Amino acid sequence: MTETAQAEPTSGRLSPLHDVHAALGASFTDFAGWEMPVRYTSDLAEHHAVRTRSGLFDLSHMGEIVVVGPEAATALDYALAGRLSAIALGQAKYTLLLARDGGVIDDLVVYRTGEDRFMVVANAANREVVVDELLDRTAPFDVEVFDESDDVALIALQGPDALEVLLETPGFGIQGPGNDHDDFASALRELKYYRAVAAEYDGGPVLVARTGYTGEDGFELYVAPERAADLWRAIAETGGPRVVPCGLASRDTLRLEAGMPLYGHELGLDTQPVQAGLGRVVALAKEGDFVGRAGIEQGPRADAPVLVGLAAEGRRAARAGYAVLTGTGEDAAEIGVVTSGVLSPTLGHPIAMAFVHPDHAEPGTVLAVDVRGTRIPASVVALPFYRRGA
Amino acid sequence: MSENTDLQYTAEHEWVLVDGDTVTIGITDYAAEKLGDIVYVDLPSAGTSVTEGTVVGEIESTKSVGELFAPVNGEVVEANQAVIDSPELVNSDPFGEGWLLKITAPELPKLLSHAEYRALVGE
Repeated sequence: MTETAQAEPTSGRLSPLHDVHAALGASFTDFAGWEMPVRYTSDLAEHHAVRTRSGLFDLSHMGEIVVVGPEAATALDYALAGRLSAIALGQAKYTLLLARDGGVIDDLVVYRTGEDRFMVVANAANREVVVDELLDRTAPFDVEVFDESDDVALIALQGPDALEVLLETPGFGIQGPGNDHDDFASALRELKYYRAVAAEYDGGPVLVARTGYTGEDGFELYVAPERAADLWRAIAETGGPRVVPCGLASRDTLRLEAGMPLYGHELGLDTQPVQAGLGRVVALAKEGDFVGRAGIEQGPRADAPVLVGLAAEGRRAARAGYAVLTGTGEDAAEIGVVTSGVLSPTLGHPIAMAFVHPDHAEPGTVLAVDVRGTRIPASVVALPFYRRGA
Repeated sequence: MSENTDLQYTAEHEWVLVDGDTVTIGITDYAAEKLGDIVYVDLPSAGTSVTEGTVVGEIESTKSVGELFAPVNGEVVEANQAVIDSPELVNSDPFGEGWLLKITAPELPKLLSHAEYRALVGE
């Protein structure tokens, strides 16, 4: 038996939570140079826990870059695709770091943590390039850029029980300027999606954000590395059976069901945002130039591939790199490629995202995927595959 | 890994149980754990001739795809329908209910002993 798609553990960088994971019996995988938990017991059990109860993730490999100064908002309006000057204190925004030709260098979540202070969260693999680009692009402005990634751990609690568990977890309080709430619980209850609150845990700062990458309600907690293990254990102990430690394998299947792009799969330098359904993320209406505007305004060529969802029957999933064809017949033409695919744990059938020729992207179109020599019918469907109940 | 000292092994992380001129094969717990949750198993049907070292099936987890190699020359006499119906048996009981194929094999190639396989996977 030979594996064809799974990385072997390597001696990568270790999360501040590494000892916690090891004690839980985690299997580790190399992820962007980090040795991170791929699963603790079962990918599927962890996936289902997030859909039905809650899951606890270590995302400390992500990059946190702080942009601070009187012109921070203006500088980010120029450096990034979104209008960051328009977001309020405590608000978060999903945005993109574009190349000059409109390709995507990374996708980011940016939090406004002060009037003149923003925290840019980057994918681990892109941390250095994001830092370099932010330094370069903001140089003409009165701002400073700090890579604080090594000083920030990130824990996510995701799932329908996340709010209740976090409310019950002892040790939280409210801290920091610009916050009108004196009670963490009421602040947490009132916290809207894509908002963050400056709180404290055990006397130290923690940024509690209602953000995530699973398609469920949930929170992401940015905390100092030396407090991360205590915070993790407090949440796990408080939640008991409602909280299941989750590895990166389930994170990938959860985000795929939720139709969320993963950099390097659905996003990359050779893809413009509009091709991946992210045209709305680029604020073309904002005043002034921004890096990538010229490329975006020119747009991709008319026949550039576009991202679609594919759904199939049976149990054989198309994987990244597999060909998409017009049908299962001998005369079928190759018109695209799968970027991510899995047997959906929630839906019970194979799902995939793929870039296909725009002539074949209409929902309802029946295409086929080549699963290692077998052509399996797959229908174009609207994204996301899974949307949580109200 | 568990104490399956009566089994023989291959470097492809498969186990072989010899019973007369029939062998039963499966994948080891090490391989099953590396794959993660197994969600699909594709096995050759009874009557299929198999050649040692060639790919005869697939084992898919949520994360990856593993190829199943024939550890012997012979003919498939039975594929484990229980595993086809419930692939998670490979995770829960890789050396028992999670067996994959029974193959008639008049002659056996050189296989690894339990100790040799343990050394291979560093346990």
